[in-house]
Amino acid sequence: MTDKNKDLIDQKLQDLNNDGVDRRGFLKCMAWAGTGLVWTMSGGIPTSRAFAKTNGKDAAKSGDFSFVQISDSHIGFNKPANPDVTATMQTAINKINAMPHKPDFIIHTGDLSQLSKPSEFDTLDQVLKGASAKQIYFVPGEHDMLTDNGEQYLQRYGKGTKGSGWYNFDQKGVHFVGLVNVANLKAGGMGSLGHEQLEWLEDDLKGRSASTPIVLFAHIPLWTIYQDWGWGTDDSEQALSYVKRFGSVTVLNGHIHQIMQKVEGKVSFHTAMSTAFPQPAPGTAPSAGPMKVPADQLQQVLGITDVNYLVSGRSLAVVDSPLADAGSSASGSGSGSGGR
Amino acid sequence: MKRNSFWVASFTASVIIAIVLLVAGSPTVTANDQPSAANAEVKIDNFVFGPQTITVPVGATVTWTNKDDIPHTSVSTDGVFKSKVLDTDEKFSYTFTKAGTYSYYCTIHPKMTGKVVVQ
Repeated sequence: MTDKNKDLIDQKLQDLNNDGVDRRGFLKCMAWAGTGLVWTMSGGIPTSRAFAKTNGKDAAKSGDFSFVQISDSHIGFNKPANPDVTATMQTAINKINAMPHKPDFIIHTGDLSQLSKPSEFDTLDQVLKGASAKQIYFVPGEHDMLTDNGEQYLQRYGKGTKGSGWYNFDQKGVHFVGLVNVANLKAGGMGSLGHEQLEWLEDDLKGRSASTPIVLFAHIPLWTIYQDWGWGTDDSEQALSYVKRFGSVTVLNGHIHQIMQKVEGKVSFHTAMSTAFPQPAPGTAPSAGPMKVPADQLQQVLGITDVNYLVSGRSLAVVDSPLADAGSSASGSGSGSGGR
Repeated sequence: MKRNSFWVASFTASVIIAIVLLVAGSPTVTANDQPSAANAEVKIDNFVFGPQTITVPVGATVTWTNKDDIPHTSVSTDGVFKSKVLDTDEKFSYTFTKAGTYSYYCTIHPKMTGKVVVQ
């Protein structure tokens, strides 16, 4: 499964779960498995299980669960790149509802709205009401902080959160942390977590067993993808230093409206597609704004992300699928690692 | 007749002199009503304030127009002025009554920065 003659990095990675598959190899499997196949090691014998089927024998272990990441719905946007973002958001929800395994919850990694308008948040809420997963977690994007420093976002989605909307929760032994890096942005800078939030994060993680799988999610990428376009977080290095000791860390972000992935040690980074409109690859256009594609291709560049936690490996498998594959997670091209 | 020619010549000369004096004394007429460079325009497009630095006289009004397909803001880093969120084709104006250098940026996309020099 692992292609050891490719990367020096591969060779350096440990076989973390003692199952013959290192983390990068596992993720490569999952990337290939965009068609809907998952490999697990069960008692030392690899077995495959199609995402599309769950028969009694292959039923997930009780500790396994899955959730879906969606991002950048930009409700209220109405320019040529996508004149009806509400419709594509609905398609994303339909796709989630058609998944054979119902996700435990949905995480929305921000830019819920285009202009922080009440009507935009209302429309999003209406669409989300129809989701099979009733529990939805949010973090704000910069578009959700426009009129009132995010006051309205906090009222609607920030119950129980601290500061500009950061919080944590646990699900079957996995520790999730929602971070806000779109508040109090400084001139000339990128995303920013800020001192208060970093202190809270350090304190939150202190004392947790290193075998606890950690998932961090925030709107702007927590690693520098393209500085000129602000695609990064100025103080993310400090945040990442707090998770260095953990055995499995997954970072989920949005903001850039395309898939980018990176594995660094035990930390896997992933950015999701938008459900509204795509953006150009770094440096390939004069600016980072909405990218127009032919109408019949739009559904291929918008998508959702299915994340599966398998307790046997304490690993999270991240599988992206475009809206064009609506209704079936066992077909289509899926998406590979390494972005575009 | 000699007397007649002399009279014509002198009349013509006076007219010419009068015209010269008239033209020399009149104020310059320009196309604009206002003095030039009193007001300035900044166009926001492709995540850029253009021109990034502008220089205007004291009392000038600067108008930002968003021609991008994404909203932006124009906010002074020193709290001097702050636009609301500008969607496509929306404008924001500010009149600078004091000399100085005013740095500003887009609070949504903070990599976008600009400067107004008022002198």
